[in-house]
This record gives sequence, structure tokens and C-alpha cells, in this order.
Amino acid sequence: MQPVGAAAPLRVDIAEKTFRSAEGIAVKALENLSFEVRQGEFACLLGPSGCGKTTTLRILLGLDQDFKGSFELPTSETGRIAAVFQEPTLLPWRTLEQNVRLGLPKARRNIDLDWLFKALGLVSVRSLFPAELSLGLARRAALARAFATEPAILLLDEPFVSLDEQTASRLRYLLLDIWSARPTTALMVTHNVREALMLSDRIIVLSARPAHVLGYFDVRLPRQSRNPQVMSDLARSFSQKFPDVM
Amino acid sequence: MRQETTGEGEHAGRTTSFSPLLRALTPGLTIAVSLLVLYLSWSFAAAAWPSRAFPPPDRVWQTLLNEAASGELAYHLGATLARVAASFILAMAIGSAIGILLGTYRRADQFFNAWVILFLNIPALVIIVLAYIWFGLNEVAAIGAVAVNKIPNVIVTMREGARALDRRYGEMAFVYRFSRLDRFRHILLPQLQPYFAAASRSGIALIWKIVLVVELLGRSNGVGFQIYLYFQLFDVAAILAYTLAFVAIMLLIELLLVQPFERHATRWRGRPA
Repeated sequence: MQPVGAAAPLRVDIAEKTFRSAEGIAVKALENLSFEVRQGEFACLLGPSGCGKTTTLRILLGLDQDFKGSFELPTSETGRIAAVFQEPTLLPWRTLEQNVRLGLPKARRNIDLDWLFKALGLVSVRSLFPAELSLGLARRAALARAFATEPAILLLDEPFVSLDEQTASRLRYLLLDIWSARPTTALMVTHNVREALMLSDRIIVLSARPAHVLGYFDVRLPRQSRNPQVMSDLARSFSQKFPDVM
Repeated sequence: MRQETTGEGEHAGRTTSFSPLLRALTPGLTIAVSLLVLYLSWSFAAAAWPSRAFPPPDRVWQTLLNEAASGELAYHLGATLARVAASFILAMAIGSAIGILLGTYRRADQFFNAWVILFLNIPALVIIVLAYIWFGLNEVAAIGAVAVNKIPNVIVTMREGARALDRRYGEMAFVYRFSRLDRFRHILLPQLQPYFAAASRSGIALIWKIVLVVELLGRSNGVGFQIYLYFQLFDVAAILAYTLAFVAIMLLIELLLVQPFERHATRWRGRPA
């Protein structure tokens, strides 16, 4: 399937990113981190906790501009980046639907989003305030906000963390459904190998801090055929290739 | 969920149909009883120590009716209310703007903090007198003096609000390319709303007290002017009549304007069970 509007791949080439702590101690978070995500591909950035995955996403989102290096984002007619943050980050004083629509440019605020709310099971709660939602529903709303913008690239920062396994896996399937309906270049940060194997076309494995790419793991199987048997085979070959990660 | 035991159905039914109504009326009843007790103790005290300087509530009420009938009350209340409104809007607008700027830019805050503390500690009376000397005995000086008295308080509260802004919402707005106006309406204002409410609450009470002093010192109408007049005549009943009339108006503003607005602005917090 031809992804909507995606033309160029995501190219990342960060030479160095250093944090300075309150006491003035320099901590190198990223060093010579370079990778590429092909257009329309779902990629996962996998690495140990605290290795600089979130930092990488923040740089790509333009939230952190204090680094050495460069990156290139895919373009499309909307030209937008969408993000799903670790926390849902919905505005508590706006309803779920207002939150989703506020992410859209003014001209498209009133477009029909019924398909999206239906696909994510949010139809009955679209007029509720975030305080009235469970974490799972709030996460779905954050996904809805991201997909509504029809972005050129979607960046997800551990969007299923701190959910119970059942809810998390339901949400993973929902994400897959909606992503297959409107495929877009996506980069998801995770430290969960199973999650990465289930969702992605390509896993980019990062080292501990300062993060650089250890290697790639491509999953060429279609997602529908990744049943439990296949998944455990995948996990085995992954742990053979990256014995230190699992 | 209400639990009912069978066999007592009739009895239980009667109490449940009665008690919710009673519960709904309780806050209102409490206030009514409390005001009645105040009225009775005032009447009793005034009767026990009869004096022109301590009139019973009925005489205050009578004075109030006389003043209202002559049109004096409405005229002076209106003048004071207009000054309160003008100084309030002025103080909130300028104070909020400066407060948000100082809360956002640390350098500016470090530089101007001393000024804020200075103005915070200048007595209201000094500002009023200086305003009248510098700008003459006119309306602009009066309203300006009241506003300048209140602005430092608004700055301090709003600065705290701007410091407490959640960065995550700003980052979300950046990623999703919110326009300036949207950022203001959907990110900034809702986060500052509690601070704004606190500043207005304490502001309106402070402002109306200072407005009276301003009127006493340099205006020829308003509640403050009337109170000064009746002070010279030693007419305590009239002084109390004007005071109570204005307090009643402020109470109405609180009940009919401020509280409904706040309920609307904070509806997202979820209703208490």
C-alpha cells in the first residue's frame, strides 16, 4: 500500500547530545546516533531504560534544540508531526473531542472524525473530560489526536507504559488497526521487546548511555500472521542476535 | 445505592422522601438562622445600652429606606460601584500582564522583584495622597490610585501562577502547532484560572475598602463621601446603612456573578459525589 503523502524517509544523524546536571556535571546522552526509517514503515527504537530514547524523540519533535547533528523528517501535504507522549497529556479543561480537534489546523477543525472515534472505541466518551477517563481511554484519546492530524510522521513515546498487560495489548491491536487503515511513517520508543516484535517492521536496537545504534532487526512477516508461535520464534532469533538486550 | 429492608418499606419511604429536601435546605437554613441570631443580639444590645452612637437594626433599616426613597443611596452606590469596577479591571489587567511576564522571564523577575516588594509595602494612604497631589482631585487620580494599590498583589499571585505552568501542555501545543490565540485560550488561561480567581477574590474586597478612602479624601460623591458626611454629623445609623447596603451588593455580585462563573470555569474538575 502506498502511504499517504510520505515522500522522504526519516533520517537521523545526531553526533552528540549532552545534558548538564544542576551541579554542572556533563552527562552524555547520545553519541553518534544515526539511523533511518523508510517511508511508511513502522519502526521501534528499543533500548534499556534511561538510554536516551525519549531524548531522541524530543530532539525530533523540536522540543530540544541543544544538540550536535542533524535530522531530516519526512514530508507530506499536511507536513505535520504527531506525537503520543508517555503520559496522555490531554488538556484537563477540554473534553476528549475538543482535545482531539484542538490538535488540528483551524481549517480542518470540523472534519468528520466519527471513523476515528469509532475505530478507537471512543464514541460514547467523546464529550467527557479527561478526569472522567481511565488511563486506557486517555491513551486512546491521545492516539486519536495523533492520527486525526494525518501526520507525515508519528512519534510514540512508550504509549502503553503503566497499563495492565491486558489493556496494553488491546491498545496495541487498536493501534495496529488504525495504523493499517492510514499508514504513515512511525517511530515508537519502547523497552518492551515483545511489543516491538509485535508492532514493527524494523527494530532499531540502542546501546546503553550514551546511546548509539547496536543494530537492526527486521520483521518481514505481515502482522496478521504474528501469532504466539511465530512471536516466540521471533523472540528467540532476536535474543540470538542481541543476547545482551533481552 | 440506597439499601432498603423489606417490612419497613412504608417507614423508609417516608423518611427518604423527606430527608433529601431537608438536606438541600440545610445550608440556606443555617445562614438564615445565623443572620437571625445576629439581628437579635444586635437589637438586644442596642436596647440594653440605648445611645445615638449605637442604633438598633430597625433604625438602620429605616434610614436605609429613607435614603433609597430619596434616590441618594442609588446615586452614591452607583458612583462607588463604578469606581470599584474601573479600578478592578485596570488592576487585574495590568497586574496579570506584569505577573505573567515576571513569572515567565527569570531575568526580568530578578530585576523587578525589588520594585514589587517596594510597591507592596507602600501604604494605600500614601499612594492616594500622592496621586491627588500629582494628578489633581479628579476621577483619573482616584481610580489610578486604587488600581496602583492593588496591582502589586495581583502581580505576586499571577507570577506564582505563571511559575506553576505545566511545561508538558506547552510542549504538546508546540508539537501540534497551536496558534498564539489557541495557546492563550486553551493552555495559558485555564492554567492561570485558579490564580486569577484568587487574585480577584482578594482584590475586589480590598479595592472597595480603598475606594471608600479615596472618596473620603477627594471626591464629592460615593459611599466614602457619604460616610464622611455622616461622620461629621455623628449619624451612625446612616453610616451603617450605607455600609450594609454596599456589603449586600458585593454579596449579590459574589453569588450571581463570581460563583456561577467559577462553577463554569471549573466544571472539568468533576462534580463532587
